[in-house]
Amino acid sequence: MFFFPNDLAVGWKKVIKTHAFAASRVIRHCLRRSLLSDALGTQIPLSKIPKEGNGTIEYAGKLLPVFILAPFAGSLIAIFFPSDQRGATAWFAGAIALVCFLATAGLYPFVASGGVLRYELAWIHELGLNFTLRMDGFAWLFSALITAIGVLVVLYARYYMAAEDPVPRFFALFLAFMASMLGIVLSGNLILLAVFWELTSIVSFLLIGYWHHNAHARDGARIALTMTGMGGLCMLVGLLIMGRIVGSYDLDVVLASGDAIRDHPLYLTVLILLLLGALTKSAQFPFHFWLPHAMAAPTPVSAYLHSATMVKAGVFLLVRLWPVMAGTEAWFWIVGLAGLTTLLLGAYFAIFQQDLKGLLAYSTISHLGLITVLLSLGSPLAAVAAVFHIVNHATFKASLFMAAGIIDHETGTRDMRKLSGLFHYMPITATLAMVASAAMAGVPLLNGFLSKEMFFAEAIETHLVNALDTMTPYVATIASMFAVTYSLRFIHGVFYGPMPKDLPKKPHEPPRWMRAPVDFLVLACLVVGIIPAQTIGPFLHTAVVSILGDRTPQYSLAVWHGWNIPLIMSFVALSGGVGLYFLMRSYLATSVEGPPVFRLLQGQRIFERVLVTLSWKWARSLEQSLGTRRLQPQMCFVVVLALAAGALPLVIGGFKLPPLLIRGVDPAFALLWVIGIACAVGSAYQAKFHRLASLVLLGGAGLVTCITFVWLSAPDLAVTQLLVEIVTTVLILLGLRWLPKRIEQPEDAEDLPFRIRLRRLRDFLLAILAGGGMTLIAYTVMTRPLPDTIASYFLARAYMDGGGTNVVNVILVDFRGFDTLGEIAVLSIVALTVFALLLRFRPQADSLEAPEQQRVQNAFDDDHPERAAGDSIAEYLFVPSVIMRWMFPVTGLLAAYLFLRGHDLPGGGFAAGIAMSIGFILQYMSGGTRWVEERLRIHPLRWMSIGILVAVATGAGSWLFGYPFLTSHAQYATLPIVGKFPLASAILFDLGVFSLVLGATVLILIALAHQSVRAPRAHTRAARAEKEGVR
Amino acid sequence: MELILSAGIGALTASGVYLLLRPRTYQVIIGLSLLSYAVNLFIFGMGRLRVNAPPVLDPGGVGDLARYTDPVPQALVLTAIVIGFAMTALFLVVLLASRGFTGTDHVDGREQRHD
Repeated sequence: MFFFPNDLAVGWKKVIKTHAFAASRVIRHCLRRSLLSDALGTQIPLSKIPKEGNGTIEYAGKLLPVFILAPFAGSLIAIFFPSDQRGATAWFAGAIALVCFLATAGLYPFVASGGVLRYELAWIHELGLNFTLRMDGFAWLFSALITAIGVLVVLYARYYMAAEDPVPRFFALFLAFMASMLGIVLSGNLILLAVFWELTSIVSFLLIGYWHHNAHARDGARIALTMTGMGGLCMLVGLLIMGRIVGSYDLDVVLASGDAIRDHPLYLTVLILLLLGALTKSAQFPFHFWLPHAMAAPTPVSAYLHSATMVKAGVFLLVRLWPVMAGTEAWFWIVGLAGLTTLLLGAYFAIFQQDLKGLLAYSTISHLGLITVLLSLGSPLAAVAAVFHIVNHATFKASLFMAAGIIDHETGTRDMRKLSGLFHYMPITATLAMVASAAMAGVPLLNGFLSKEMFFAEAIETHLVNALDTMTPYVATIASMFAVTYSLRFIHGVFYGPMPKDLPKKPHEPPRWMRAPVDFLVLACLVVGIIPAQTIGPFLHTAVVSILGDRTPQYSLAVWHGWNIPLIMSFVALSGGVGLYFLMRSYLATSVEGPPVFRLLQGQRIFERVLVTLSWKWARSLEQSLGTRRLQPQMCFVVVLALAAGALPLVIGGFKLPPLLIRGVDPAFALLWVIGIACAVGSAYQAKFHRLASLVLLGGAGLVTCITFVWLSAPDLAVTQLLVEIVTTVLILLGLRWLPKRIEQPEDAEDLPFRIRLRRLRDFLLAILAGGGMTLIAYTVMTRPLPDTIASYFLARAYMDGGGTNVVNVILVDFRGFDTLGEIAVLSIVALTVFALLLRFRPQADSLEAPEQQRVQNAFDDDHPERAAGDSIAEYLFVPSVIMRWMFPVTGLLAAYLFLRGHDLPGGGFAAGIAMSIGFILQYMSGGTRWVEERLRIHPLRWMSIGILVAVATGAGSWLFGYPFLTSHAQYATLPIVGKFPLASAILFDLGVFSLVLGATVLILIALAHQSVRAPRAHTRAARAEKEGVR
Repeated sequence: MELILSAGIGALTASGVYLLLRPRTYQVIIGLSLLSYAVNLFIFGMGRLRVNAPPVLDPGGVGDLARYTDPVPQALVLTAIVIGFAMTALFLVVLLASRGFTGTDHVDGREQRHD
């Protein structure tokens, strides 16, 4: 999601403080002005509204974040409700939605006067990205729609969702969606708008795929996300370019610079990119096909997302940017063509759907097309009609979706071929659905009629002289006729006709409160349809004024405009639609899903084909031709790349070979490295067939490295290297047992295929190149004088600031303590990973048997009755084990010594930790796992946790004294006998390091050692089970 | 001094790289260990080679800074040594688990026809 940097966090604190005050001011103000009279009153001329003091508006603006924060917070809380608490979760979500709705209602007086509420918080100011919320009349209208229908949908969903559905997830997602949608509507910044836009895509993906056990739901969700997500990406680019043109991402600035945008050479690019976003979101042709597939969502989701919110986001954007983008020829053609095609095709396709929700989905597509056409015309009157139709469509479509859901819920099917005569069973629902469908069809006295008449009136006007404009009225009438046909089909096919047969359930009326939201919405359709000016009038006016400003046209919301062309068009559409339905009735009763001819050309099929080709076929052929899953070629590639990358700067920058200096060569040192090189090469040579020899030689190379460190003034490194060398050897020895035997065959060397020889030669040459390159670079750098580095700083301050004389240790635990903290965290993660991997370790069968030596010893013990099992090994190891046991306190002392002197002299937590772990390992070697664990408490996991806690606590401790994390304090302390030793607070940190390194090392080694005990035990158990099975 | 150490680093690198390219997991783990010696020595060498100048301050006081070798690469390498051990352990366990799962110690998890 998005994160808030510090200054924002500080900002929030202020916000919370001011909110309480703001809320009280707002409430008082509303009481004074009486919201009710305001809402019912007819249009108040702008001049008559008393100007509010700026102060109150400012405070009301501070309430805006509530619209986003409350549902998001509610979403987080809702997810923690127990899944059987359907009612409680619904109540909670409903309460949140209701609060948002009431808050919206309360803010109306501020926007009614043409005011704009603003809320601004700096986010990433340098990028022009501020958390700006703004509410004008149009945003208010949309917020009211989102929150009001939200409340109704929650109520509906309470009864719709089945007991076995994970309801908290549903309501959590629902609230998150509401927050994102409100975010789009209220965004006052283009980028912020894009963020919320993407959030709606993501949450809608989760909501559509809510029943994720259903493949259709998954597919539908995926298609919806891909389409709207891609559109959103295009839109983001478009918004970025737009912000560049204007010079600001602030919506107010953008809305004020329409001319600059329209005249800019990049206008067309911006337009196309933004339209890609808006048209995919609003399911416009040719991107419409995701919407019918999204019908796999639970019906409350469709009623909310696919009627009132998600799909309206596209047209919202078109309206929002209408003042700055519309009116050009490009806009007219692109938007108009998309809208007209969608209007016609959507309506036509809707007729042929057999799924109730499918019909509604295509009808939604068609109605959104209508809104798009209106917006394409570029005339203010058309924009008014568009806004009006957005509201009307949301009302009747939400109620229709809910009705379809009720039918599905009570009959068990949505297939119109099976449904008929339902009026008999559910008369009230049927009546409600009839009124809503009539609104959808555009029957007079319902809200759908009004906006459709406005549409017709606009369609016959000439806006630009071209073919598209001439076509518009005809297309509008035909599409409207289709709308009548499918609306009639919805009603007549489902509620009338013969009694239904073979329904999965016996139908009946739904629960009282499940129908309540439908009641309310249908009532709204009726009331708005009969007395529009008294109901929706003022709100619509406020919204329109906020978009059009001075260009607001004169319009009338009357039901009766006299006999005129739009009315005749309506009449033609109505009678034509009814006729068409009765002509097609018998065909539709049995036909397959989808319109003839077009059903062959399925958008989804094409989409899948493209997706498969892009993401699978091409990707796979690319992978096959260029990639490999084999490690060796990959490694080879990495090495070659590293060589090339290393050589490139030398080639570019010019490389001069330094003079070869053979002075000052210590023959002993030379001899040391002769041995070292021999060990390295020998180890490489033996690694295939003689693993033990190779390991020993590796240890040799390690020792030479260690001596080199001593020689060249790095005592700390030498100590650590020596100790690590020991544990590494033990580690690999423990692992050797589980590797397959590999015995060198003499003939192997002789008849090797040419390919293998060639590969080895190639690898050999690569190795020589790599080694030669390293030698060259190392020699060149080491023979140059050392420039002044940060070393002098550390050397000068180590004692003064860090309180230690061993500068390396001071750097580790003090100056760069934070790095060390990270490193020990890595170490503990690795140790835990090793531990976890070994918990599930299943060795190969051939390594399960006890090693040969053990078998010989055990056989010998078994043959002699006076000997117990394990005697031989104990005798063999008698002398070493005595020494090893006695070494335990000595090692412990060594570790303590290394630890205590660490700050001043070579040693420290790392070395001490490893030294101590060696002490434990020696005990395991001498006595065996069981013997040790009976006598010592080995809790490496606990030691590790203590270590990391001590380290972090030491760091955090400096906060108590008002210093930054990991500030250290130095002093010397005196212990009896030991004497004076450095006691910086860093030593506590070092103690953490010690404890963690000890724990991690012991954990790794012991986990591996335990396999020898565990695996054979599992082996015998398996063998015994097998034997019993046979018996 | 420098010549010998860089030759050593080269030999360690060459042996390590050759083993990295081999097909058996054990060869790769040994190769990685050899390579980590080489890299540690290389980083250490970046602080230049000094004899008898450990970065351990005299108790009396700091004095002349030129008397001490560069401690920074040493601090870097010290943690690298420990982390290197952890990585070796992790890789070892992964290769053991892989051998347990696939039955082979080939780096690809399955035998090639020839290697």
